[in-house]
Amino acid sequence: MSKTLRIPLVQLAHARSGDKADWVDFGLFAWNEAGYRIIEREVTAAKVQAHFAPWLPGQVDAWPLPNILALKFVLHGALQGGGARNLRLDNLGKAMGAALLRLEIEVNAEELAEAQKSPRRGWWPNGTPSTSTS
Amino acid sequence: MTQSIRIGSGLGFYGDNWEPVVASIERGQVQFIASDHLAELTLAILQKDRQRDPALGYARDVVPMLLRLWPLMQPRGVRFVCNAGGLNPMGAAQAVQTALAAKGWHPRIAVVSGDDVLTQLQTPDGRFEHLMNGADVTPVRERLVFGNAYLGAQPIVEALDQGADIVITGRVADAALFLGPLVHGLGWKLADAATPEDFNRLAQGLTVGHLLECSGQGSGGNFGGQGDWQNIPDLAHIGYPIAEVWQDGTAFITKAPDTGGLVNFDTVRQQLLYEVHNPHAYFSPDVVLDMGQIQLHDEGQHRVRLTGAQGHAPTDQLKVVAGFRDGFKAEITWGFSWPDAWDKVQAAEAMIRSQLRERKMPFDELFVEYPGLNSAHGPLAPLPPVAELNERAEIWVRMVLRTPVKAVADGFGRLFPWMALSGPAYTCGFQGLNNTSELLGIWPTLIPRDRVQARLEMLEVQS
Repeated sequence: MSKTLRIPLVQLAHARSGDKADWVDFGLFAWNEAGYRIIEREVTAAKVQAHFAPWLPGQVDAWPLPNILALKFVLHGALQGGGARNLRLDNLGKAMGAALLRLEIEVNAEELAEAQKSPRRGWWPNGTPSTSTS
Repeated sequence: MTQSIRIGSGLGFYGDNWEPVVASIERGQVQFIASDHLAELTLAILQKDRQRDPALGYARDVVPMLLRLWPLMQPRGVRFVCNAGGLNPMGAAQAVQTALAAKGWHPRIAVVSGDDVLTQLQTPDGRFEHLMNGADVTPVRERLVFGNAYLGAQPIVEALDQGADIVITGRVADAALFLGPLVHGLGWKLADAATPEDFNRLAQGLTVGHLLECSGQGSGGNFGGQGDWQNIPDLAHIGYPIAEVWQDGTAFITKAPDTGGLVNFDTVRQQLLYEVHNPHAYFSPDVVLDMGQIQLHDEGQHRVRLTGAQGHAPTDQLKVVAGFRDGFKAEITWGFSWPDAWDKVQAAEAMIRSQLRERKMPFDELFVEYPGLNSAHGPLAPLPPVAELNERAEIWVRMVLRTPVKAVADGFGRLFPWMALSGPAYTCGFQGLNNTSELLGIWPTLIPRDRVQARLEMLEVQS
């Protein structure tokens, strides 16, 4: 039985956020199939909602897209009514993709090691950079 | 009919850099450039321009952009489609024509309009419910300042069929700027699309448009993650994405040789899901896209093959985005240095709150954030303990007042200067004496398609 670890999503995934009226949407991407199996299990709509709740307690919708090893999330009520009336410096939520990557998930050491050593599906010019460790 | 065509990305927003488009024209073998100047909020900015001067209301960067690019496009037969017309497509077209004519250049310019539906929204015979929360438009109807339907690709196709070199539109669906040239160049069915094959081809074209409409975001720019953006080469000379699209709909995303950036499975799919909500029903005026079967095959060397987009017939409604006046804001930023920086910021905020109270200045909200600490991630980036904050070299505060009364916003910055001599010590960088701005609420809604009539005009070539 391998050890259970708590890690922030940033160690397993990358993300981008965008805005539409008062909603912020997130694409969350695993680097390979092994990573996708973990995020699909761990990063549910309920967990994303609980993660943002201390700040933005809106409804969260989620869709899995195994064809591109991705999860799609939409957070409602995230922009004080919309970008043109939002008082925050980040009035369009463009930095919020990184806030999603702060979410902590539980993985066992074995599956984490597999996700981190498996090759990426994408081509990177200088070989596959090492997956971030911290 | 040609087997494939190549289309390149222009700008991704009003204010973006057009220099990377040069490489796409010179070395990317494109036949079309399509350029998206309008984010959801851009019409709000253009509306303020138009209020000041009715001749404005379009994205003015299209003029210097075309002064730079047209002499490169013209000899290669590259044609240009953009939505820089904003709230005044004819004004934009005339400004472009005048500027190019002064250089002795006389392209055929087409203007697409008809997206302005403000008058219909202002007439109290439709409910125009808020698309996201179902609210009735009545309470904001009097305060609406713009309202534009997202047109589809059809008028762009017609403009290109009629020989336009440059097509300038108002609000059209961003991806339609790309779908138009694809339908024109590859002979796809659009208005008469009927079979699953017809709609799947359009879905492929819509996906291409979606991947290219945000310029460098489709080729390695703004790549979110940790420890990976550093491995994307030479962002300072990024090549914007280019699509090579075949008649059967198969597409390849790539970029011009000898440019920076990265086109791979990872960078392309970050853009694929960007600002998409339900990925199985991505609505556009031309086709409804389901991304569930999309395959992105990374061929290496900045080439990704796109297949599998599935399309369905569009609905009989068009999306509208309207804006309404929604009060005013005024903001200040101020720095407080060590020692006791955090406590001093808290004291300053408390003094401002008491002044607002004592002077009976009505407001809805005083929003406070600390740039450098929590403005990007709010409470998800936990603040260090107070003792540690007080030891920081400096703490910056940003206070923003939201108020329905313009005079109150105008007076907000005036509440601060006395503190420079009579408040806590060691401050610097105060900004915000006069910076009232009007806030706009966004009202997304739907309108029946038959109540919107797209209009195509060709400017007379002056030579």
